[in-house]
Amino acid sequence: MILTQNLSKRFENFQAVDKVNLSLAAGEVLALLGPNGAGKTTTVRMLTSILRPSEGWAKVAGYDVVKQPDQVRASVGVLTENHGLYNRMPAGDYLDFFGQIYNLKPAVRKSNILELLERFGLIAEARKPIGEFSKGMRQKLALARALLHNPPVLLLDEPTSAMDPESARLVRDAIINLRSEERTIIICTHNLAEAEELADKIAIIRHGRIIAQGSSAALKARLLGAAEYELRLATPLDGYKPKLPSGATLTSSGPDWVRYHVDNAQQMNPVILHDLLEQGLPVVSLQEVPRSLEQVYLQAINSPNEADIHYVE
Amino acid sequence: MLNSLRMALVITRREVRDQFRDWRIVFPIITLTIVFPWLMNFTARQAVGFVARYNAPIVAARLIPFLLMIVGFFPISVSLVIALESFVGEKERHSIEPLLVSPLTDRQLYLGKLLAAMVPPLAASYLGIAVYLAGVFIQIGWRPEPVLLVQILVLTTVQAILMVSGAVVVSSQTTSVRAANLLASFIIIPMAFLIQGEAVIMFWANYSVLWWIILALIVVNGLFIRTGLAYFNREEMLGRELDVLKPGWAWETFKHEFIGQAHSILDWYRLEIPEALGKMLLPTIVMVLSIAIGAYAGTVLAKDFPLPPKLLVLSKLNQGFIEGLDALRFFSAAGVSSVWLHNLRVVVIATFLGIFSFGVLAVLVLILPLVLISYVAANMALAGSSPILFLLALVLPHGILEIPAIILAGAAILSLGATPTAPADGKTIGEAFLLALGKSTKVVVGVVVPLFLGAALIEVFLTPRIAVWLLAR
Repeated sequence: MILTQNLSKRFENFQAVDKVNLSLAAGEVLALLGPNGAGKTTTVRMLTSILRPSEGWAKVAGYDVVKQPDQVRASVGVLTENHGLYNRMPAGDYLDFFGQIYNLKPAVRKSNILELLERFGLIAEARKPIGEFSKGMRQKLALARALLHNPPVLLLDEPTSAMDPESARLVRDAIINLRSEERTIIICTHNLAEAEELADKIAIIRHGRIIAQGSSAALKARLLGAAEYELRLATPLDGYKPKLPSGATLTSSGPDWVRYHVDNAQQMNPVILHDLLEQGLPVVSLQEVPRSLEQVYLQAINSPNEADIHYVE
Repeated sequence: MLNSLRMALVITRREVRDQFRDWRIVFPIITLTIVFPWLMNFTARQAVGFVARYNAPIVAARLIPFLLMIVGFFPISVSLVIALESFVGEKERHSIEPLLVSPLTDRQLYLGKLLAAMVPPLAASYLGIAVYLAGVFIQIGWRPEPVLLVQILVLTTVQAILMVSGAVVVSSQTTSVRAANLLASFIIIPMAFLIQGEAVIMFWANYSVLWWIILALIVVNGLFIRTGLAYFNREEMLGRELDVLKPGWAWETFKHEFIGQAHSILDWYRLEIPEALGKMLLPTIVMVLSIAIGAYAGTVLAKDFPLPPKLLVLSKLNQGFIEGLDALRFFSAAGVSSVWLHNLRVVVIATFLGIFSFGVLAVLVLILPLVLISYVAANMALAGSSPILFLLALVLPHGILEIPAIILAGAAILSLGATPTAPADGKTIGEAFLLALGKSTKVVVGVVVPLFLGAALIEVFLTPRIAVWLLAR
């Protein structure tokens, strides 16, 4: 649904986006992460045929972003970084205006507008001028505008910024629903927990280049190393150092717990458990030590050498 | 086409509704529609009463149509403000991006904005005219000639289109409303001159001239709209955040076009000049045709405004003429440089005028000497003298070089001036202009300047002697 090959954009002497390769199927969600000015918005603008790539190519919903810009724009719904709403216009009229621009028939327009206003809890505010809306309401209205024409591709820039927790949950649930409707979604966000929750794939962009890309789990494995596991025991160790089989490395231990690294957890964890039980240690639980996407992100972004960072996939 | 217009009207409807929600727009429109025509009615009534006392009804007869024109013009001045704000205002408020990512085509978006800026002030203008006409009819029983009314309505409309199309070009090419307002001087000042000119025509009561003004404005409107569409660029609109002067980049762009692939002057003349001349074929043809039309106009003028025959006795050119010139030190390097620099000065002035008139004024300036030559030659013919002899003696010797120089200079300036109307090919208006400047300068420096120098040498050292040799016999 979204395919890019060496997609690049240069503004005079500044390389804003450098050889970005993305491949997203229908129903996949990609979170595009990166510091401000990394090239996220420029990438999105190329995918909406507003900016012309300097090099490479991109196809969105099967259309070439350079050769078929009108079809591309008709196939995407975009939540822009700045919402760009018309303050003097009532919310309902605003959506109706965009419905006309997207060439929706009056009946479809009306039902889509009602459905979206209902979904985002704005139905009671439909006649109010947008200038009277709170930040969160504006964000929801802008998102409704992006969804109005039922696009197969959604490009969402900070979809839950400025929202209260309840509204943010509502929007996240809406995105999950959209994914289940087989829509392809790119989310640009600084909210890493949200990215981890919503995205099938994560792409981290720095200085215009994608420096890491893959599922959250794969990125963790590649950038943070082998997973760490923690064993909790029913009785204190009292200074006893459990012996681990080869392939597992003890990393730390406490009064009633030990942590270790293992390369192949599926094969090794049963062996380790068996050995420890044979040593007479009463194991209560075994679990992977949780690692956050934030660690992955910081590791990637702060790495001094881009060559050290692995592409996944 | 119809669908395109329908989509453009979606934009127009929204913007017009939005304008009517803004009291800062509504208030001046209502004032100029109702109060101003009433004021003009009052003025007309007072003027009629005043001039009647001094038995000068002609003043009132001229004043009332003039006020009709003014009543039509004032409300459309609001359109300038709306149009200047159209793109850049939305850019400043960040509301342009949702429109740019929509499937609206550039043409639909542009046309929609153009109409939105034009419709309310123009409607107010028509209403103002109606109020004024109703007032003067009720008060003094004056009714305009139907042709004059049509002229005023059409003139008001094309003036509104002119201001709006010019202002929309400015709005789509700037990054802030402030910059757009500053650049609006390039619209306001010519409009002020135009209105002054029209005022003279209205008091002169030679209303048929208004048709020529209307025709000229329609051409300029077409050029402005074409320019606006050619350089409407979604990428530039979002990508450019600041209008910064980049002298280094500008110089490099110009230099790259001026020098091209040449490594030496010989290379430049062998590769670059022929290529540049080849690209100017169309403007060269336009110049040749303009000269032909100018020459014809000269002959027509000669019939309408003949010169006294005693001024056309060329046999007076004798040895004394040469001695007179010699006494003025005409036959010297100073004489050559004087003639040469005069011609170059004309090219510079024509370039300046051409840049601000899509090249049109440059063509007029450059063909003027040829119109005069044709006028004198036609007068010679009318007086029974030989125009051929006149041309052979006084024009042809240096004209062999000077006329081609004029044609090429005109073509170069026309090509430069018409740059905004040419397809942009992804370039910004500034970049396209610098490239055209490089190309035109190449032709002027490489061909026109040497031709003028050769012509000046001939004009100083040969033409007077040939003239005396041919005419004094």
